[in-house]
Amino acid sequence: MHDKLNALPMKSVRYFALAVLLAAALLGAFSGRALAQDPQPPSDDQVNAVAKELYCPVCENIPLDVCPTQACAQWRELIRLKLSQGWSEDDIRSYFAEQYGDRVLAAPPLQGFNWVFYVLLGVFAIFAVVVYIRVVRNLKAKSTAADASAIASQPAEQDDYLKRMEEELNRREKSS
Amino acid sequence: MDQNVENSPKTATAERRSLPTWVVVLAFAVLIAFLALIGVGLRRVQAGPIVIGQKVPDFSMISFDGQTYNLSDFEGKVVVLNFWASWCAPCSQEAAELEEAWRNYLPGDEVIFLGVDYTDTEPEALSYLAKFDITYPNGPDLRTRISQMFRITGVPETYFIDQEGKLAYVKKGPFASLAEIQAIVDGLLQ
Amino acid sequence: MLANFGFGALIITFLVAFYGIGAAIYGGVKNSARWVESARLAMLLTFPLITLTAVSIIILLVTRQYQVQYVYNVTSDTMPLYLKITALWGGQAGSLIFWSWLMSAFATAVTLRRWDRDREFLPWVIVVSLITLAFFVGMSIFIENPFERFWMSASGREMVAMFQPAGATPLLPSDGRGLNPLLRHPGMVIHPPMLYLGFVSFVIPFAFAIAALITGRTDDRWIRITRRWTLVAWIFLSLGLVLGSRWAYDVLGWGGYWGWDPVEIAAFLPWLSGTAFLHSVMIQEKRGMFKRWNMVLVIVTYALVIFGTFLTRSGVLSSVHAFAQSAIGPLFFGFIGITFIVSLALLLHRWKDLTSAGQLNSMLSREALFLLNNLLFMLILLVCLWGLIFPIVSELFTGQKVTFGPPWYERITGPLFAALLLLMGVAPLSAWGHSTVKTLGRAMWKPAIVSVAVLAVALASGVRSVGALIGFWLVGFVIAITLYDYGRAIWARHKRSHEPLPVAFWNLVGRNRRRYGGYIIHLGIVLMALGIIGIEMFQTETQGTLKTGESLSLSGYTVTFRSLAEWNNPDGRNIARAVVDVSKDGRYLGQLAPRRDFYFDAQQSMTIPGVRSTMDDDLYLLLVDWEEFNSNQATLKLFHNPLINWLWVGSFVLILGMLVAAWPDQEPEAAVQRAVQKANGRATAD
Repeated sequence: MHDKLNALPMKSVRYFALAVLLAAALLGAFSGRALAQDPQPPSDDQVNAVAKELYCPVCENIPLDVCPTQACAQWRELIRLKLSQGWSEDDIRSYFAEQYGDRVLAAPPLQGFNWVFYVLLGVFAIFAVVVYIRVVRNLKAKSTAADASAIASQPAEQDDYLKRMEEELNRREKSS
Repeated sequence: MDQNVENSPKTATAERRSLPTWVVVLAFAVLIAFLALIGVGLRRVQAGPIVIGQKVPDFSMISFDGQTYNLSDFEGKVVVLNFWASWCAPCSQEAAELEEAWRNYLPGDEVIFLGVDYTDTEPEALSYLAKFDITYPNGPDLRTRISQMFRITGVPETYFIDQEGKLAYVKKGPFASLAEIQAIVDGLLQ
Repeated sequence: MLANFGFGALIITFLVAFYGIGAAIYGGVKNSARWVESARLAMLLTFPLITLTAVSIIILLVTRQYQVQYVYNVTSDTMPLYLKITALWGGQAGSLIFWSWLMSAFATAVTLRRWDRDREFLPWVIVVSLITLAFFVGMSIFIENPFERFWMSASGREMVAMFQPAGATPLLPSDGRGLNPLLRHPGMVIHPPMLYLGFVSFVIPFAFAIAALITGRTDDRWIRITRRWTLVAWIFLSLGLVLGSRWAYDVLGWGGYWGWDPVEIAAFLPWLSGTAFLHSVMIQEKRGMFKRWNMVLVIVTYALVIFGTFLTRSGVLSSVHAFAQSAIGPLFFGFIGITFIVSLALLLHRWKDLTSAGQLNSMLSREALFLLNNLLFMLILLVCLWGLIFPIVSELFTGQKVTFGPPWYERITGPLFAALLLLMGVAPLSAWGHSTVKTLGRAMWKPAIVSVAVLAVALASGVRSVGALIGFWLVGFVIAITLYDYGRAIWARHKRSHEPLPVAFWNLVGRNRRRYGGYIIHLGIVLMALGIIGIEMFQTETQGTLKTGESLSLSGYTVTFRSLAEWNNPDGRNIARAVVDVSKDGRYLGQLAPRRDFYFDAQQSMTIPGVRSTMDDDLYLLLVDWEEFNSNQATLKLFHNPLINWLWVGSFVLILGMLVAAWPDQEPEAAVQRAVQKANGRATAD
């Protein structure tokens, strides 16, 4: 049924539907915004809630909501402006990322080169866990072997005196 | 990195006297890759990605009035690239001088001034430009790309690019006078 | 004059260190006790020499010799005496000297121990310590010289040089620039020394580890010698970290204690691997297992110490804590490269000799749980390390920086820390060698019931967040188990030998200080966890601009703005100070005065919070903004930080536990030595 012949009319129908949907969505958004439009400007708390997860390059590693510089004060005012225009928190965050780069976000978004970070982190973690499991397996396997054979040679222990002392110390420690 | 070294051999049998070559090679490879990474990072911090005399890679800036400026458009001209922000007090000390210098060079058409607005908010930036009546092209540093390309250490900072597109001079901090700007630019024009 | 003297002492130290390295290597290779002894004396000499250097700097600082650049940079006339002294570690150049000073103190302490049976380690311990020392002293001499002075050349140009350039005249600025205001805090007086002590003292276990690898004496001997050093290093590092958080809480005005800042993480990394080592070393002692792993951990810990120092001092990472960009980067990088490569080569060379005995009989045995503990610590370390260096990687490949903020770290490491807490509860009750679900369950059911009661209380008091409930349950669980374990042992002693309970307690702890000190440390950590859960999960905040008489409410507290004053203080500050009334549920509690200090000399401001502390919570007030010339309006930010003070209480418990665990007792080795010697004497007499 989806052959090339009727693809064209189908497409135009789809476009029409899309346009209607879009119009409806826009209408909804506008009416929603009109409702949301508060006579009062957004409070400091609303601004800080957004700013908390943003980082301004001027004060590195300090969240925007507590950074005391003039630059950050301006950013907070910008957040206030956007909030009063009815932007959502996510919109504002992505606007800031768009304007000032991904570094303003609390963690790099999952895109582009940042995948390297998450993939390698996973690889490292899995590697550590695999190593752990192998070590445990080996040691478990050893425990099934005869006890006598499990005693490893102490390579550098030439000194009989020292050996006795070590043994004595070990004994004391184990008993305590 | 040390995890690598640590365990793979743990599973090897104890009879062999030395570790398998691949383990040793892998361990060193990982360590050296790690060191190389840090080393290159350090070099960038120390020298900056673009050193004087080096060709400046092309970049584009969209000005506040929506026009796109590419560095490559200005080949054959001296480019004065100034990083500023409305929140930066020292920037306003040099704003008037920069504008005056721009107006002096405008008839000659040999020099272009570009202002890059670093991590700034647009309303404040526009009122700053209006306050100092700045007429040369200015635009926001989108995604802080341009500033990271030069790895600026603060604002104001000004980069002078010669007619061949090579970085000629870097001024960190505000200019003391109009004469200082002109001395640098005139030196490049000769 | 004094500057020349201090610099001279520094150069002599450098030469002596080099002599010591040469003599120790020669003595070690040729097996010559005389050369080794000479090297030992050289190492002994470094401490008094650097002391002379450090004292010279302190005198220069205190006597306001601003012709010395370092003094000019970190002090000013208005600073009080104690800050002038502590300005020794207030800047890059001085803190490098301070670092070398502490390091030589530790090196000297090591040389003074009795070496009788460990003579073969001595030359190599000297070599490793002195190379590290020579490197830091060398950096002070060649790159970050604290004695460089200002001069005016004949042509009127200002310059900075160690010795008077020809034709130049000395230049004496009338006042200095003053210490970074962030560092003008009593907490800053002890935070860096503690952290540095923690850092430098990890050199000693590392030196022994390398000595063991070089000599091939890879049995338990080096562990036995260094375990107390490691514990001491760990104590200082922990203290440094805790003091740092307290300082951040008091001074940085974030409303928090830990910001996952790169420099904080850099100091936290060796703490993680060091803590893992303190646990896994016990397995080697009791069961002879994990020799390789322990060796790796000691080397990694030291590597992280110098790597972290490098990151924060070379300017590779930017952070509030970082020192100004410096030229020490390349040299430091070379040192790190050589250290890492040589350590790895030695480790691989001796890998086969480091076979361990031992086996794992049960997944619930103490050693198995310790192994799991190590895995968790390594995972946390991995996350932190990768988060620390990925911004460098990203900038290298894409030209874009990225940020890892606290929420990210908290999400990832939170569950891992929770798992560690759980292990902290279970492991002390499991037995070495063999443990089964049954034996563990029998040991654990009573405290487990108590912990469920804690959970019920938390639920009843309205806590609904799953994370917080798990957290509170874990805290209750560990505390119950630790106290139960103590109680059981004390009761047993009391029953057996009819000691009164306090005496039984005293003797119990005295008999096995490391174990019971360790449990006190656990208690401290759990109390700290309580504080952390409180602030991380229940912190609330609000902000508002108030006119005189207006109020702001948060979590039952009401803050009413009364007045604001702004004035210039004679000590070089402009102070804006707001006064507010605080009441809770209608009851007047008192006044608080958050303020903003602006330091003229450093052109920097500091936000000092007004804090009201109780064991339940802190009310933490910041003065965010105010109208200049009009003192009847101010913007205040309020934080409500529940349970935060348990973080500090826990720190004190931690310190107590560490003192118990590390308190020097008469060498058990000496007693054993005597016994063995006696036995030997009998054997030869036979």
